[in-house]
Amino acid sequence: MSDIIRVQDVSYEYERADEQGELAVRGVSMRVKKGEWLSILGRNGSGKSTLIKLLNGLFLPTHGSVTVGNFDTRDENHIWDVRQTVGMIFQNPDNQIVATIVEEDVAFGLENLGVSPKEIRQRVDAALAAVRMSEYAAAAPHMLSGGQKQRVAIAGALAMEPDVLLMDEPTAMLDPGGRREVMETVERLHRERGLTVVLVTHFMEEALRGDRVIVMQDGRAILEGPPRELFAKEAEAICRAGLELPPMAELARRLRAKGLSVPGEPMTVEEMAAAFGALRRERRGKHAG
Amino acid sequence: MLKDITLGQFYPGDSLVHRLDPRVKLVLMVVYIAMVFLVEGFLGYLFLAAFLAVSAFLSRIRIKFLLRSIRPVLFIVVFTFVLNILFTRGDHPILEWGVLHITWEGVRFAVFMSLRLVFLLAGTSLLTLTTSPIALTDALERLLKPLNALHFPVHEMAMMMTIALRFIPTLLEETDKIMKAQTARGADFDTGNLLQRAKAMVPLLVPLFVGAFRRADELAMAMEARCYHGGRHRTRMKVLRVSRADGWACGATAATLLLILLERLL
Repeated sequence: MSDIIRVQDVSYEYERADEQGELAVRGVSMRVKKGEWLSILGRNGSGKSTLIKLLNGLFLPTHGSVTVGNFDTRDENHIWDVRQTVGMIFQNPDNQIVATIVEEDVAFGLENLGVSPKEIRQRVDAALAAVRMSEYAAAAPHMLSGGQKQRVAIAGALAMEPDVLLMDEPTAMLDPGGRREVMETVERLHRERGLTVVLVTHFMEEALRGDRVIVMQDGRAILEGPPRELFAKEAEAICRAGLELPPMAELARRLRAKGLSVPGEPMTVEEMAAAFGALRRERRGKHAG
Repeated sequence: MLKDITLGQFYPGDSLVHRLDPRVKLVLMVVYIAMVFLVEGFLGYLFLAAFLAVSAFLSRIRIKFLLRSIRPVLFIVVFTFVLNILFTRGDHPILEWGVLHITWEGVRFAVFMSLRLVFLLAGTSLLTLTTSPIALTDALERLLKPLNALHFPVHEMAMMMTIALRFIPTLLEETDKIMKAQTARGADFDTGNLLQRAKAMVPLLVPLFVGAFRRADELAMAMEARCYHGGRHRTRMKVLRVSRADGWACGATAATLLLILLERLL
């Protein structure tokens, strides 16, 4: 797979008038491969939100470079190409919807790009259908639920036909129903269209769905790897980074500490149930033999 | 309770008047206001009343709603009426009693002046009742486009209006939330004299303003992420098209204007 975003030794310092600025991101290098699902984990203040804003040129690196496709984000002539390649969803559903009608909001990005009205119409309809919000096309955003608002935001990004969808804790302000709604939508788009997903989150269950995880601590990327492998092998480092393992992984770890040899690496309730089943059969086998 | 507020007084519908091009409606409204100030004489008022009645009928807006828009300024209408009756000098007295001189001319003038106010309000309300604020903003942006040549930021003004309209319900909801939070901590918004109540608003307004600035910051970032870079090279999804109905509306307005001018001149 080819890289669609390349981050090379990037540091970012927030400018402050009163004092010496603090580095929010320190020397991070990473790649986003085309078609993958990358999760970025970290506690509050670990620099994960800053990092994701560096990926579409909202922030420009103090040191190092970020390349999206063929363009450096610092290249002002191509900043709109960068932002069209990389769509972004923010945490607060209310603060990213511009228009007073759902379909007008989905059209906003395309209007900015100067697409012809006829084509905007087609792409808006397609994007709304893709997030299953077609019936709300003429609704007012403030009448929608949080999950629906986030799906409208996703449609707005999708209409611009991006290769990558950046999401900065898109479910943090939603109730469990809305969270499921949004994650299912993103998962479907990832599966069906090969959309590259970069998801910043502090929900471990959401990170489990991805191909790869990067764990951030104090502005550094301290761990990287497939989620299951990482949660199994680096449990201690993850806890030190201020995160909690997925509940079932944590349960398995504690059971093992008590001397119960839980087989495999169960991460979900179903897997844990299967592991227990296996354990029981094994014991019965021992007694019988 | 704050959830079901309506923006402006737009009354959604699908009547002939609703479907007119908002640009046409806006221009015709300017002509209508000119007519209200030009009209003179009984026949002219009759034409104007007929014009208004037909428009109101075609809009399918209930008379109740139209009258409701007049209610807040009823006092001014009555005040105008009384003042004009008392202070217009004329040669055909009806009643003379001490300092009171009521003349035919006075009554006539007072009635016409009050009618002018009523027509003005009813007509403009008809526009806002049948046109959504967002359509009006849109129409305004397109009509004022030539002002761009004078470096007047037409697009920016329209964008600001759109965002304001978008955030009115959001900020109302937030006000409601903050109010409840402050009430839970013992704040009292409802009692005391005016000064005390104004003071009680401070703990409400400060968090509201701080929140609004934070929202503005985030929204600006979200707009940038979606390639917003001002009005240049921007297209719109909805293309406004002038239809045959717009032609008829223009014709009817022109005819009324002509009749009113004719009466004034002859």
